[in-house]
Amino acid sequence: MAIEIKMPALSPTMEEGTLAKWLVKEGDEVKSGDILAEIETDKATMEFEAVDEGVVGKILVAEGSENVKVGTVIATMAGEDGDVEAAPAAAPTAAPASVADAPSAKPAPAEIKIAVDPAVPAGTEYVKTTVREALRDAMAEEMRTDERVFVMGEEVAEYQGAYKVTQGLLQEFGDKRVIDTPITEHGFAGIGAGAAMGGLRPVIEFMTFNFAMQAIDQIINSAAKTNYMSGGQMRCPIVFRGPNGAASRVGAQHSQNYGPWYAAVPGLIVIAPYDAADAKGLLKAAIRSTDPVVFLENELLYGRSFDVPVLDDYVLPIGKARIMREGKDVTLVSYSIGVGIALDAAEQLAAEGIDAEVIDLRTLRPLDTGTVLASLKKTNRMIVVEEGWPVCSIASEIAAVAMEQGFDDLDAPVLRVTNEDVPLPYAANLEKLALIDAPKVIAAVKKVCYRG
Amino acid sequence: MKPATPRTKGKPASPARAAAVPARPDHNEEKPVLPAALYEASKEELLEFYRQMVLIRRFEEKAGQLYGLGLIGGFCHLYIGQEAVAVGIQSALTPGKDSVITGYRDHGHMLAYGIDPNVIMAELTGRGAGISRGKGGSMHMFSVEHKFFGGHGIVGAQVSLGTGLAFSHKYANDGGVCVAYFGDGAANQGQVYESFNMAELWKLPIIYVIENNQYAMGTSVNRSSAEDQLFRRGESFRIPGLQVNGMDVLAVRAATEEALKWVQAGKGPILLEMKTYRYRGHSMSDPAKYRSREEVQEVREKSDPIEGVKKYLEEAGISADEIKIIDQDIRKIVNASAEFAEVSPEPEIAELYTDVLVEQY
Ligand SMILES: Cc1ncc(C[n+]2csc(CCOP(=O)(O)OP(=O)(O)O)c2C)c(N)n1
Ligand SMILES: [Mg+2]
Repeated sequence: MAIEIKMPALSPTMEEGTLAKWLVKEGDEVKSGDILAEIETDKATMEFEAVDEGVVGKILVAEGSENVKVGTVIATMAGEDGDVEAAPAAAPTAAPASVADAPSAKPAPAEIKIAVDPAVPAGTEYVKTTVREALRDAMAEEMRTDERVFVMGEEVAEYQGAYKVTQGLLQEFGDKRVIDTPITEHGFAGIGAGAAMGGLRPVIEFMTFNFAMQAIDQIINSAAKTNYMSGGQMRCPIVFRGPNGAASRVGAQHSQNYGPWYAAVPGLIVIAPYDAADAKGLLKAAIRSTDPVVFLENELLYGRSFDVPVLDDYVLPIGKARIMREGKDVTLVSYSIGVGIALDAAEQLAAEGIDAEVIDLRTLRPLDTGTVLASLKKTNRMIVVEEGWPVCSIASEIAAVAMEQGFDDLDAPVLRVTNEDVPLPYAANLEKLALIDAPKVIAAVKKVCYRG
Repeated sequence: MKPATPRTKGKPASPARAAAVPARPDHNEEKPVLPAALYEASKEELLEFYRQMVLIRRFEEKAGQLYGLGLIGGFCHLYIGQEAVAVGIQSALTPGKDSVITGYRDHGHMLAYGIDPNVIMAELTGRGAGISRGKGGSMHMFSVEHKFFGGHGIVGAQVSLGTGLAFSHKYANDGGVCVAYFGDGAANQGQVYESFNMAELWKLPIIYVIENNQYAMGTSVNRSSAEDQLFRRGESFRIPGLQVNGMDVLAVRAATEEALKWVQAGKGPILLEMKTYRYRGHSMSDPAKYRSREEVQEVREKSDPIEGVKKYLEEAGISADEIKIIDQDIRKIVNASAEFAEVSPEPEIAELYTDVLVEQY
């Protein structure tokens, strides 16, 4: 049976080409790998090799022919082995499933559970705990219950953590599970992701997230995308954690908020808590999640104390914002250290008769747009307070959500109170000017409330 | 950049300096030795090697053909010429225990691991029946069941990931070894050396396999590598290396056995440089202007890995007829996989949104 030789596609974008030259003639015997012809594509002249063995039958497209469409039969070949089936004559384009209605195929949100914080039983004792201790307790508790959990990073073991977040873990769990690495972010982020793929539950500490830029390829290309690329076969249950955002007087390279970067990536969970109870409950949830989590802490918050309930297992839902202060006149949306600034501003505004609601997003991906929009419906005014750059920020995203889904509820434009759009300066006065503070929030609130 | 002219030999280090840095007491003085003899394969093993290598070759030829027909899109990197590497190494591993990871040139590895050709070909054509449900494509295929961990498109990333797999073997104390494959081009990535350092420091059970097919796209090894003897690339981490004829499946198997012995004895990582060659372009859109047709032809004629096994089969007294039966059998399997990959439907529309996250939040 004759085999049809078709004009091949020789690059991902080729649709037609020039049959520059035949290197065989009718009646020639060819074997697999012999060059049949030279074909000019839009990019280069390429050699076209024989796949099957046989004898060249008829040449149907003469050399020099231009604009030969991919898939055109250019020659025939008689197979050598009579018993070899010819390749099934394939239509070059397989019947494509219609994609026109793709967006409507988005799974109905029927199954989505409504995440709520677990009720804390009446009479539960609260203990003042620093964010630092809360994070350590979360790791220690999860390590006690799950052998697969280990902590790895620079200075996490003997030094007790560059910011003392892993204090005492080496002593309790030993060096098999609390592992000091060399200074090699790209390498240990990859090792962590591989270990997660291999069935473990790594908690990878970056000394700060500034250094995770060395490793961002592994976080995004390996950890975030593999489950999707594998059709759900290969998971990567890992937590990347460490301090994020501006510290104090450490200059531009050590002072950046990566929230918007990671929150842009499908396949990641991104958490950025403010207080100690959320830090604990959400880190425990992050370690238990089957998905890769980027957990953004803040150095300036490590030493602050908050009430944390004394419970055996305090785990909070991922993807759920928290209303930190109820109010009716304006909504302040924030996360991480910005929440403290928003709360401070809200107190001052109260004295002036403006009742602000403060929302802590807590999780940046997936965003709890429901809580944000419900608040907007109530107050009709919204400010986003973000310790980070303005362009393509979480604030930009919230503003877009308000426009797209809450337009009718808006009585004023959504404003962004963010850091200045400059690398963070070192000089004390300039640094202060570049960062957000309560007065900037108050000014923005007055603007949207049309109050001088 | 042009390769640097050979360096003039430097002055020997001053004795004072040498004395100031004493060798670590546990210095890895023991070295694995490249087995002088080839692996002694039984008739059955030889037949199986032949079968698998021909399967890979025919499968890849068919993939090239389907690409030409527009049924496969994007990048498609064929393994033709390198078959002895994957087949020789896989044959020495313990399925279900040892793990494997590689880059984007992954079809051959998967076939050598016994993964169904139909679901591989269907992934190449982007169908719902593909091993990644059509969402990965040629470069992103995985089989957790076979402990085959992909299938990675970022050059060098699989080396760190593989080191993590080795870490998990050691952590779980499951006796498994990870084999992490990468190319001569990938051998220049920084994370490879970050990984080498930690693997040796922590004595992780990993065999690093450099598939040196002489080119990274169009850049030959000596245009990219200051140390072009790639088996030495682990030396400053005290990782020993062996240079192996990657065109001879029995040499590959013998070296793998040696490497496994080393790693399983708890001596830490080892590096195998497999000298091999790819016959086809880097991917399907390679103009092949950086090497001559004669160069390719010479390798094909003198050291084709499949012709090599054929010789071993003849020496073992296996008849041409028996070989022909295998050949025909393989053609049927490959044609069936192409047929399957063409007639299978594209993924359901709803698949667009599935598998982004595992849990619901
Ligand atoms: C980080 C990164 N840089 C560049 C590329 C583009 N690229 C894909 S394959 C390749 C060559 C790799 O050659 P080698 O490691 O020798 O493997 P081979 O293709 O020969 O199997 C390059 C540059 C990539 N995929 N990832
Ligand atoms: Mg190469």
